[in-house]
Amino acid sequence: MQKYSIFNLIKNAFSSHQNWDLAWKDATPKKEYDVVIIGGGGHGLATAYYLAKEHNITNVAIIEKGWLGGGNMGRNTTIIRSNYMYDDNALFSEFGMDLWRKMSQDLNYNVMFSPRGIINLAHSDAQMNVFARRGNSMRLNGIDAVLLNREEVKEIIPMADFSDNVRFPIYGGLMQPSAGTARHDAVAWGYARQADSMGVDIIQNCEVTGFDVSGGKINGVRTSRGDIKVKKIGLCVAGSTNILAEKLNMIIPVETHLLQACVTEPVKPVLDSVVTFGAGHFYISQSDKGEMVMGGDLDGYNSYAQRGNLPTLQHVLTEGIAMMPFLSKLKMLRTWGGIMDMSMDGSPIIDKTHIEGLYLNCGWCYGGFKATPASGWTFAHTIAQDRVHKLNEGYSLSRFNTGHLLDEKGLGTKTWIS
Amino acid sequence: MLHIKCPHCGMRSQNEFSYGGDASVKRPELNKEISDQDWDNFVYNRKSLRGKHIEFWQHLSGCRQWIKVERDTATHEIFKTLKANEDF
Repeated sequence: MQKYSIFNLIKNAFSSHQNWDLAWKDATPKKEYDVVIIGGGGHGLATAYYLAKEHNITNVAIIEKGWLGGGNMGRNTTIIRSNYMYDDNALFSEFGMDLWRKMSQDLNYNVMFSPRGIINLAHSDAQMNVFARRGNSMRLNGIDAVLLNREEVKEIIPMADFSDNVRFPIYGGLMQPSAGTARHDAVAWGYARQADSMGVDIIQNCEVTGFDVSGGKINGVRTSRGDIKVKKIGLCVAGSTNILAEKLNMIIPVETHLLQACVTEPVKPVLDSVVTFGAGHFYISQSDKGEMVMGGDLDGYNSYAQRGNLPTLQHVLTEGIAMMPFLSKLKMLRTWGGIMDMSMDGSPIIDKTHIEGLYLNCGWCYGGFKATPASGWTFAHTIAQDRVHKLNEGYSLSRFNTGHLLDEKGLGTKTWIS
Repeated sequence: MLHIKCPHCGMRSQNEFSYGGDASVKRPELNKEISDQDWDNFVYNRKSLRGKHIEFWQHLSGCRQWIKVERDTATHEIFKTLKANEDF
C-alpha cells in the first residue's frame, strides 16, 4: 500500500497526482471466507481492520447493501466523548478515546480528530449535583472531567443566553476537555483502506437475502451476488438489525427509529467546543467549514424512512434557540435523517448469539459514531476468540433476560419516559 | 407531518398525538404459568420491521383516547386507524 506522506505528496505532484493507487479495491465475492462482516459502515470496517491487525484473520469480507459509509457513518454529528458514569460504559468509551487519539497515525489517514471538549449544561442546582457525581465517577475511571460554574461556562461560550429572565438559566456545566469531533467520512475511508491493504474484501452493492443455518450453526450467507460459505458472521448493520434478525428467526430488544440532524449556513468561528442543552435534548458544534451542526431527539415512532419530519426538527431547534439565541438568525443549509438501532436500555449489544458463529453488534442508539474504534476492536476480539472481551462484557444480549440492564441515561426507544 | 385520522375526532395533525409503540405485543395472561421468555418478549423484544406496523398512538392534545394505527414504517403511509379496543 502506498503510504500517505509529505514525500509521496511531493513525488506525485510531478505527475499531477494522476498516479495515486486506489484507496481500496471494489472486490467481487469469493465462494468462501473465514469471517463475513455484514455492514460496511464504521463499525463493520473497524471490525474487519482489527480482525486483520490484532488477530491475523485476513480472509474476511465486508458485505454492504449500499455504498461504503453511506448509512449512519455519513449522517452523524461526529461527536466523540466518554463522559459516562457507569463503569461498563466509561471503561469501554475511554478505551475508545485512546484509539481515537492514535487513529490518524495508526491508519496513516488524517481523520481530523479535534479534542475540543464537550460541555453538558446544567440548569438547576439539582442538575449540578448530578453532574458533580457523574464527573467524580468519570475521574475515578481515569476520564478527565471538570465541573464548571456559570462564570466559567460564560468564558467558554459567551454566545449562550446568560440573561436573567430565561426559562432555563445556565447554572454551570460538566466538561470533558478531551472529548471532541472527527471527520466521519475519513474514519470510514481510513479503516477501509487499511483493511483492504491487509487482504479484506470490501463488497459493495451486495444485499444479504438470507442465512444458511443448520444444527444451530452458521454455514453461510445468501446474497444478491451469490452464496458465500462462512463459519463466522458478524452483524454490524445498525438500523437494519431488525430486518436481518427476522431472517434469522431472532427477536431482539431493539427498535428502529429515526434521528435527524441539520447544519446551518457556514459562519465565522464562533463555537470551539461541543455543547449540549441540559433541559432538553439538543447538541451543537461548529464544523471546520463553519456550519453549526445540530441534532437532538428521535422523531419518536418506528421508522425506516432515513428522512425526518418537521415537528421534531422544530422542537429540537426551539431548544437550540433557547440556549443560543443567535442561531435564529442563521439559515438552515441541510437537514437529514438516519435510522438508529435503539436498544431498550439505551446501551449497545456486542455479543455472541444462540446461533454458533453468529455475532451481534447493535443497539448504538444516539452514540454509534464515537464508539467506532472501540466497537470494532472488541467485536473483532469477540469474533476471533469466540468469547467477549472484558470491555464488552456489560454489553451482553442476555442482560435483558437477567435484569443487568445498563440504563445509564434511560434513553432507549421510549423517549417519552425520559 | 403525519396526518392521523382519530376514530373519535377525525383527521388531525401529528402534533396532537403521542406515540405508544407496537400494538401487536400482547401482555401475558395473569394467573397462568409465564416463562421468562414470554416476559422478555412482552417487555423488551420487538420485531420493528420495515413495512406495515400496527401501533398505539394517544390523541394527547385532543380526546386523550388511545387508538391503533396501521402505518408503513418506510413511507409513513397510514392505511387504517381503529379504536384501542378494536382489532385489525
